[in-house]
Amino acid sequence: MNTAAAFSDFADVQGLLRFGYKHHVESAFALLRVRNRAAARAWLASAPVGSAEKGAPPPVVLQVAFGAEGLRELGVPDAVCASFAPEFLAGLGTDANRARRLGDLGVNDPSRWQWGGPGAEQVPHVLVMVYALPGRLESCCRELESHWGIAFELMRWLSTTDMGGVEPFGFADGLSQPEIDWAREIPPEDHDRLTYGNLSCLGEFVLGYPNEYGRYTARPLLEPVGAAAHLPRAEDAPDRADLGRNGSYLVLRTLRQDVPGFWHYVDAQSGGDATQRKQLAEAMVGRRMDGQALLPPDDAPLAGVGTDAASRAKNGFTFDADPAGVRCPVGAHIRRANPRNPDLPAGTSGLVSRAIRMLGFDAGALHADAVASVRFHRVLRRGREYGVRMSVSEALSGRAPQVETGLHFICLCADLARQFEFVQGAWIAGTKFAALPHEADPLLGNRLPAPDEPDTARFTMPRAGCPSRVVDGMPPFIEVTGGAYFFLPGVRALRYFATV
Amino acid sequence: MTPQGHFMVVAEVRPGHEPALREVLGRMNSGPGQADPGNPLLPFGRFDTLHFARFAILADGTHADLASYGIPPEPLPTYLVFLGDCDGPGRRQLEEFVRAAPTGLREVFGHCVGCPADVPGMAAWLHSRDLPVAAAYVNWIGRTRQRIREERALAEALSARLRQLPSMPAGSLQSVRRQLVDHVAGERRQGRLLVAPEPPTPFGWWLRNLLHAIAIPVLGLVALPFLLLYAPIFLWQLRSRERSDAEIAPLPDAVHVAELASFEDRGITNAFTAMGSVKPGAFRRTLVVVLVALLDYAARHVYGRGHLTRVQTIHFARWVFIDDRKRLLFASNYDGILESYMDDFINKVAWGLNLVFSNGVGYPRTHWLVQGGARNAQAFKNYLRRHQVANSVWYKADAGLSAMDLARHTRIREGLERASMSDREIEDWLRLM
Repeated sequence: MNTAAAFSDFADVQGLLRFGYKHHVESAFALLRVRNRAAARAWLASAPVGSAEKGAPPPVVLQVAFGAEGLRELGVPDAVCASFAPEFLAGLGTDANRARRLGDLGVNDPSRWQWGGPGAEQVPHVLVMVYALPGRLESCCRELESHWGIAFELMRWLSTTDMGGVEPFGFADGLSQPEIDWAREIPPEDHDRLTYGNLSCLGEFVLGYPNEYGRYTARPLLEPVGAAAHLPRAEDAPDRADLGRNGSYLVLRTLRQDVPGFWHYVDAQSGGDATQRKQLAEAMVGRRMDGQALLPPDDAPLAGVGTDAASRAKNGFTFDADPAGVRCPVGAHIRRANPRNPDLPAGTSGLVSRAIRMLGFDAGALHADAVASVRFHRVLRRGREYGVRMSVSEALSGRAPQVETGLHFICLCADLARQFEFVQGAWIAGTKFAALPHEADPLLGNRLPAPDEPDTARFTMPRAGCPSRVVDGMPPFIEVTGGAYFFLPGVRALRYFATV
Repeated sequence: MTPQGHFMVVAEVRPGHEPALREVLGRMNSGPGQADPGNPLLPFGRFDTLHFARFAILADGTHADLASYGIPPEPLPTYLVFLGDCDGPGRRQLEEFVRAAPTGLREVFGHCVGCPADVPGMAAWLHSRDLPVAAAYVNWIGRTRQRIREERALAEALSARLRQLPSMPAGSLQSVRRQLVDHVAGERRQGRLLVAPEPPTPFGWWLRNLLHAIAIPVLGLVALPFLLLYAPIFLWQLRSRERSDAEIAPLPDAVHVAELASFEDRGITNAFTAMGSVKPGAFRRTLVVVLVALLDYAARHVYGRGHLTRVQTIHFARWVFIDDRKRLLFASNYDGILESYMDDFINKVAWGLNLVFSNGVGYPRTHWLVQGGARNAQAFKNYLRRHQVANSVWYKADAGLSAMDLARHTRIREGLERASMSDREIEDWLRLM
């Protein structure tokens, strides 16, 4: 197969897929329920949605996404709704089996959520995300509210706080992101990748294009008649209108962070020593607080990582040189969220060596093979912090501000099951990740005893020349307080929802 | 060495008895699909050679897919299947069940056609319905439940002891190891942390296993000239079928998936049962029989030491033909969420799944038997879910232990038994704790 032409339809893509809107430091997310269908459709038909085209950014950018129930409320036919992903249709907080799989139990149980939990009235229909240059947010939100009037009922605004690229625990955030192959340089073929790279096929994040398997992820394909006639056609089925094309699934989870709790725990484990405290926290995260990696960059540059020194230092590393986790613990947050592995454990090149590893006869490779094929499990993160930023000393002072603080975790992916749910369920919440017993993610784990695993509250730091250091009795540091799955449509698909 | 055995009783459910049978099976559970080890009907926890067991009602929801070959699906009976994995022969395990819980078994199998009321009659009846396993994978051949328990106790004691040792400066690895070895020696003098010596391998099993190990390659060598002659025809036959066989992998029914999901992720290990029709015709039927026999050979003589190719999360797996090889049942016990299990299938061993399952009706299209197929990830996941059967009752003996935990415990025990270790080896050994 030949490489397709570079992607150019940016006008039909909502900007969030391409931009983080870092200059738009003010943002707020409206959770809406449709009150009046006609009025809601009227607003959506002309909502000034920011596209992914480059150019001087407007002072305020809107992005609009839909819950499954929202599509039905807007009058999208059932047959069309039913052809979206099953995970999207079932919802994030309304299925006990999903909650168990994702670790949303105990204090994270959806029945306790402030929004998005079980009960139809808890689930937002429409998500409107507002990104604004400094000083522009407030007036824009008031103006939107007046526009919405009878169209929507405002469930709540999720407010955010600009913490300068640092998440509430105090760590630089958003450093590791997959690079989307907008140029479509990766041929749409299915073969093993023997080195880890950071460049992801367009179809991993944007529906309607080949994914890492060289295939088109399932999405609604319609008869190109009526309102659907204005939709783009499907690349893989040119006589069908592609409702998914240029869209993506969006996961929004509100994670309340217990900043004092985190630093008090780390402090107690370090005997009050500031240096050790910082080291332990950095081992748990897997990066220094300023974002520096715990490992030097690999000798060979990684695809999808800039070749300048700063990019390489930030993201040009793998864990190949540290299989035991002496420098970056195997269970560290960033290593769970992205183990940076290729499809096959490293080894010498050559067909025989490859066959040996493929058949599982290389004991060393097998040991490193509990987790593999990371390229199928990437997500594009677009989260924003909320609450107040506090320093470590404030957090430890006992006078920490009593303001709910945390992260509105947002990620985009084309396949909720294979990307977000896999990472969250198998790697973050999983209590046997990479054969590590007794621990889940050191930041996000719920620490609950599983029915057959009484202790999940440890964290192991392998050391050279002496036994591993293990800290235990870790309390939960985050609490999920809300969440939902959304579909972030392409611009033409958005207008279709307003007119069908 | 005590090899592991398997049993799989398949009995026809009496017409109209399915609801009552489901009710009885439900009484064995403490949670959705999760067996209560002490349940009065069949107290699984009392059998200390039993690793895993399950009951499932096989109603084939995909049987009608045969229509894609122009074959009107004949009405099939609903089966109750009772399968499990144990130390020693499966037949002996069944006899023990009958001896210990005749009333409970009678209450269950009384809903099946022809189950006798008397105890000796029931044992014979169960045996007569115990189908041969076409291929069986055991994560670690010879690792008995007793050995699992002993190694677990040893690993936990060593880990706890290691935590109690005062913090050691770097370079004191030999001293750490000595203290651990001494600790175990002290415990053993008190009669604790003992590991029983390996029992002798049953001679009959050893001989059969050896003959099997030799016979299959010899047969292959004898047949090789004929196979080479046949190869071009085979490839033509294969490719023409691969081009025309229908792919049937629509999204599985949401209610079916919700039922399956409600039984999953209640512990680290999950149970997978699936069934499908073999593609009609002598070509596919012969091919799948040969490939499953080769799979069995690999599982018995090549693997069985903690991994099946690259996959290290499967405790037991089996492939069983039912209904005169018209249908194939696959059952396994795996660690982690289903998405992760399917990810292993797709990304680590798609070629292996394709070899066998591409002979099933509706499987995603393969090329040259090994390419494509499971790599069509979404279709493959749909296919698996659609063919999956809900387990009514599922029992796992060693709660909380993943297959990789078991391997880790074995390596800890092996390290303890070594006369000496280099610093580097001790470092790795301590990391297991």
